[in-house]
Amino acid sequence: MTCEEAEVLIHALIDGELDAGHAREVEAHVEGCAHCAALMKEYQEIRQAIAESDVRYKAPLELRRKIEKALPQPQAAPSRRSVLRGFAMGSAVSAMAATGLVAIVLRNDDEQRIENEVVSAHLRSLQAGHLIDVVSTDQHTVKPWFNGKLDVSPPVIDLTAQGFTLIGGRLDYVNAREIGAVVYKRRQHVINLFVAQTANTERKAAQTSTLQGFNIRRWSDRGLNYWAVSDLGADELTEFGDKFEATMRANKEG
Amino acid sequence: MVVNASQDDPEKARRFREAALPYLDDAYTLARYLLRDAADAEDAVQECYLRAYKHFDSYRGPAMKPWLFAILRNVCRAEYARRKTAPTAVEELPEGREQTPMWNEAPETPEKQLLRRFDGDTVRKLVAALAEPFRETFVLREIQNLSYREIADVAAVPVGTVMSRLARARAMLRSAWLAEQEQVK
Repeated sequence: MTCEEAEVLIHALIDGELDAGHAREVEAHVEGCAHCAALMKEYQEIRQAIAESDVRYKAPLELRRKIEKALPQPQAAPSRRSVLRGFAMGSAVSAMAATGLVAIVLRNDDEQRIENEVVSAHLRSLQAGHLIDVVSTDQHTVKPWFNGKLDVSPPVIDLTAQGFTLIGGRLDYVNAREIGAVVYKRRQHVINLFVAQTANTERKAAQTSTLQGFNIRRWSDRGLNYWAVSDLGADELTEFGDKFEATMRANKEG
Repeated sequence: MVVNASQDDPEKARRFREAALPYLDDAYTLARYLLRDAADAEDAVQECYLRAYKHFDSYRGPAMKPWLFAILRNVCRAEYARRKTAPTAVEELPEGREQTPMWNEAPETPEKQLLRRFDGDTVRKLVAALAEPFRETFVLREIQNLSYREIADVAAVPVGTVMSRLARARAMLRSAWLAEQEQVK
């Protein structure tokens, strides 16, 4: 094999695209040719350097919003509604029981989907440079920043004294809507606290679940749904949720 | 930009969201490198997703990512064509340059020392400076991790062409890398 041939084929070798026979031929050439061996090493180094550097871009939120807007909005799938109608054909009692049952099934399904999206949003935020739109450890800077950007005003509270440092805020996209994310840190762990409006003003106690290795603590209070997502252990995330709720109560009473 | 009524099927939209939206950052990244302009990239990706949704009924594979990329590439080609007629057309290599053997490109003997590492911005700049069609091939391989076969499908060229373009792209990038290294010394 000549150097000219090898200089093309080493790339396919690096990429694992050569069949065994050709791979052996190229390897044999590279072993006996200092020039091609050095070249191949450099190409591998460049490849490694690119793989390890931040060369990707994140789609702007506005683009995500525009695409979402152009698609038909999600609704409960018709198949589920026909299940509901099917049940309703029975007696009034069983229909009511069935409605309750189906409502639970639907809600769980919906919650599952939203939890998935919340974890995806958390993952997106961890890509370099995408975590925070407004950088500040001051709640009086972060809170006004959300004004006019969302239909809700997410509570932004300082939990530094409780061991969770406020580092900023961000707009994100969950369940086909813009959503506020308040970002905290404990040691090297990021906590995204997603806040969205809900029609239901009833308080719902916190639940912790795990998805794709992340812990999620979700609760509802005074017309807002909260999801705290982090790679922190469940115990520490629970502590975060408890302290957040306790501080909210204290603020309200105080 | 509103999808017409016959397309208005929430179940289809849900399947499309789940299948295609996870690749939004990938698509945007590709568009940024192909068009080298943030606003044009945004428009191209939006157009790509609309076309993809329109044709989603007939989608049977390949994998979603190369399928989206093939659509996106067509959108970007149209944008090239538009720019060509505009006064600020980007330079394209004249036909035939692609056949230039790369051993004319960077004859210097490789040095023993390790290559210098650059920050993300510098690497992006070096990649963005590659000429088409080498940039496209390079980005599909090194940043999007497509196989040669998938790249060939996206770019509508034979696999052999993918291999030679990639070899050229890496040789050009290596020269640019060494030049940058020389400059910051």
